[in-house]
Amino acid sequence: MEHIQESQEKQIQPMPRLGEPAPQFEAVTTHGTLKLEDFKGSWLILFSHPADFTPVCTTEFIGFAQIHEQLREMNCELMGLSIDSVYSHIAWARNVEEKLGQKITFPIIADLNKEVATKYGMLMPGESKTETSRCVFVIDDKQILRAMIYYPLSTGRNMDEMLRLIQALQTTDKHGVATPANWRPGDKVIVPPPNTQEMAEERVKDKAVECKDWYFCKKELE
Amino acid sequence: MACVNPDGTVTESAKALLNIVQNPLTPEEISKLVGQPLFKVRSSLREMAQAELVKEEAGKFSITEKGKEKI
Repeated sequence: MEHIQESQEKQIQPMPRLGEPAPQFEAVTTHGTLKLEDFKGSWLILFSHPADFTPVCTTEFIGFAQIHEQLREMNCELMGLSIDSVYSHIAWARNVEEKLGQKITFPIIADLNKEVATKYGMLMPGESKTETSRCVFVIDDKQILRAMIYYPLSTGRNMDEMLRLIQALQTTDKHGVATPANWRPGDKVIVPPPNTQEMAEERVKDKAVECKDWYFCKKELE
Repeated sequence: MACVNPDGTVTESAKALLNIVQNPLTPEEISKLVGQPLFKVRSSLREMAQAELVKEEAGKFSITEKGKEKI
């Protein structure tokens, strides 16, 4: 009984949490050995895929590579990860360029010892014990974990949402606002609700914001 | 190793970096001059410092005598 309990305890891995420093790592990648701290000062989308040379992952890699330049314009870098060797990654990236015409411009972590995957909770044993799920971690320029998305093995991710998420987070940081459902750049943003009665009374009189009620106000960004 | 080949020679991108650091520069300055992302410059400098091709003083990197032999 004690052995079972001990074994269960060993399997519990801490999960990364939003708003906290992203777990640091040093990893072998297709661009050499990289540390997470190398990305300080720029945003980073760290994403995992189940395996090289698989069809859904190939479509996703093409998608990520196609938005890489747009992300860079937003001071955001990209880095992939799977439990494959660096040689497999290199061969796959070359294959994607040769057969499908898309150059893979971002580094890919060869996480053969599952160190990074374990730190970030990328392994979902209910789905697969040997492949990482389709996870996305948005890490900001101060290395704080700002967003996480988990998709199953069967479902490719939406690149528009990757861009939208970075745009929304950076808009929040720049203007101190929140963004409503389906927000796109140029849409009105949510003004954080007042947290005192006095502020609530002032808010409903504020001509610079459009209010449905004291707690639900939007405004245009200049 | 991304910059230093197993036979001790350096890659073309490493040569470009070595040529840039004839005078001491920060990684940020190097990134702007060579047009490479900052993360890549930091990683390359770390590797080249380990190989004693560059040295760091007060956050600025400059080429060493050993580094000069590689370009």
